[in-house]
Amino acid sequence: MPPSSSTTTAEPMIVFDGVVKQFGDNVVLSELDFTVAPGEHVTLIGPSGSGKTTILRLLMTLEKVNRGTIHVGGKCLSHMDKGGKRVPADDKYCREVRKRIGMVFQQFNLFPNMTVRGNLIEAPCRVLGLSKEEANARAEELLELVGLSGKIDEHPTRLSGGQQQRVAIARALAMRPDVLLLDEVTSALDPELVAGVLALLRDIGETTDITILCVTHEMGFARDFSHRVMMFDRGKVVEDAPPSELFTQPREQRTRDFLRAVLDRH
Amino acid sequence: MFDNLPRIVSVLLEGLPETVIATVGGIALTIALSFGGGLALLSGTRAVRLLARVYVEAFRGTSEVVQLFWIYFVLPVLIGFQLVPLWAGVLVLGLNHGAYGAEIVRGAVQSVPKAQYEGAIALSLSPAQRMRRVILPQAVVEMLPPFNNLFIQLLKSTAILSFITVPEVTRQGVQVLVPNFGSDIVLIFVVMLLIYLVLAVLITAVMRLLERLAATKVGRRPSSVARERVDDLGGVAAGGGGAS
Amino acid sequence: MSPLWDWDYAWSILPDLLRALVVTIQITLLGSLVALVLGLVIAVLRRARIPVVDRVLWALVEFIRSTPLLVQVFFLFFVLPQFGIVLSAFVVGVIGLGVHYATYTSEVYRAGIDAVPRGQWEAATALSLSRSRTWTGVILPQAIPRVLPALGNYVISMFKEVPLLIGIGVVEVVNEAREIASETFRPVEPYTIAGLLFLLLSYPASMLVRRLERRRAAV
Repeated sequence: MPPSSSTTTAEPMIVFDGVVKQFGDNVVLSELDFTVAPGEHVTLIGPSGSGKTTILRLLMTLEKVNRGTIHVGGKCLSHMDKGGKRVPADDKYCREVRKRIGMVFQQFNLFPNMTVRGNLIEAPCRVLGLSKEEANARAEELLELVGLSGKIDEHPTRLSGGQQQRVAIARALAMRPDVLLLDEVTSALDPELVAGVLALLRDIGETTDITILCVTHEMGFARDFSHRVMMFDRGKVVEDAPPSELFTQPREQRTRDFLRAVLDRH
Repeated sequence: MFDNLPRIVSVLLEGLPETVIATVGGIALTIALSFGGGLALLSGTRAVRLLARVYVEAFRGTSEVVQLFWIYFVLPVLIGFQLVPLWAGVLVLGLNHGAYGAEIVRGAVQSVPKAQYEGAIALSLSPAQRMRRVILPQAVVEMLPPFNNLFIQLLKSTAILSFITVPEVTRQGVQVLVPNFGSDIVLIFVVMLLIYLVLAVLITAVMRLLERLAATKVGRRPSSVARERVDDLGGVAAGGGGAS
Repeated sequence: MSPLWDWDYAWSILPDLLRALVVTIQITLLGSLVALVLGLVIAVLRRARIPVVDRVLWALVEFIRSTPLLVQVFFLFFVLPQFGIVLSAFVVGVIGLGVHYATYTSEVYRAGIDAVPRGQWEAATALSLSRSRTWTGVILPQAIPRVLPALGNYVISMFKEVPLLIGIGVVEVVNEAREIASETFRPVEPYTIAGLLFLLLSYPASMLVRRLERRRAAV
């Protein structure tokens, strides 16, 4: 069972240290510090534009920090050690660090020029160096997990949104990542498909020890899936607490306002 | 190595009037044929449509050099008198690019939203009034970027008039300068290419100005036209295209 | 007076014209190869946005696109030997045509590459795919099929531009027609047949491209 709070003796899996990110004059994250323990499930909530997705994109090195550092599994994302000196990370180093991180996108981003199988074995074969047989075995196993065993030779464009997102989840898991980033994975789905995908994620959360960072508007899911919920507003952590506390007795006015607005909508 | 530069420039500039006349004349004929051909392609009369289609496909389907030689060497046999080389050239440039232009006009007219037709009909405008007062002013905005490409294409094509002895810039360079200033060959070509580049930039400048005018006239910001340029590239691909 | 069109004469010159047509097609295909490969290289290089390289490539592409192919061909033909590079007119033609059209195909590729959603790049990054594998496995397989019709149109354009090489003495169809006409003093048949040969090949080819275009649009 993963740890239930951030006060753990093990070395943290993710460390944000004084992270600043701005696009032009627009400061998205200001002096952000937090850590995530191995195996912990953390959900980021907050109004749109509060910087939640940016955190995931920084972790995936899709964006670069302006200031501060991010460590994943003890390795810095932006800099590397070269002959004892700290130099900006090169492409090869980035790829090495990235191997331990998987991401599932809002819009699935499956490769339409490949079948489901192609999507699932591409990176394991090319990046991890698995043999075709190993990668295929892994793909079949994962498709069974996400409940799409029969679809391995389908084209992703022929699948429903919910099915595509399951394939995307399987694709990320095929890399056996230490960290999984879930970026509003149900936002693009029709309402009736949401529950299935969330059930799958709960299942993955219970049966693996992957560290999971999740941005979502599904408050019910956030409540029973996460060990910790972080409320963001304007690039800052407003409140950081276990869901049992944050959802029932939020300390901050801004959290209360946000939760009321979200719950009203549903 | 620049000792002969003044001579080289002056000999090449002697060809400039012919190049400019061929370009401007060709563009004028192209515009006339583009609108004539383009509207004919949309005509309600089948025979007119067919005729326009034959013109467009015949000139887009054959090589411009063949067209040039055909009009310069074959046509005189059929009609009994020789054309002045420069005017034969203008004729071919206009006929050839007019065929591409006709497709541009047709496409632009068809791209005007159907609601505009219906609005014009609702005001009981005659078909001619609908076209002239409502449809064309909007279509012209769409046409200008591809026409810019087409005109630059035409400018580049004027070089082939050197094949029928028109003393334009390319012929001046290759026939007069190359045999006499062999050691300055790089310089000759650099100056020659720069002359064409300047002319191309001029055409683009004029067309951009027209684009801005036309865009404000239909209440659009010019930037939206500029963005569409990219999409036009594929559209006028067959022989179209050009500097943008 | 002899008739305007003499069928016997027309038949007699057809074999020579067809032989020259083969040369035209060879140059078209080889030139297309240059244009398709070089254009792709330019498009991919420009996408990398290397500061100085990008400006230089942009300027070069605009310059080549804005000046006549004929002058560029003459340039290669007369200038290269000065640097000790002596190539046959055929090869100069292939290079000239190929490089000129590479500037067009590079724009076509660029449009195709830009049309691939950003999420595809991001997903490739998230899976740690290497730069080259992202291009060959993910981006280009999506970008190229989209632009095939546009590329096809440029190949047809190149075919029709081959007669420019008359200028440097390549014996393609129109040059052959010109030689026949000057030997026999009968221009009507050779030039008309030359024109028809172009129409005969390029019209069906552009029909094919149009069909491809429609099929792409339907998908």
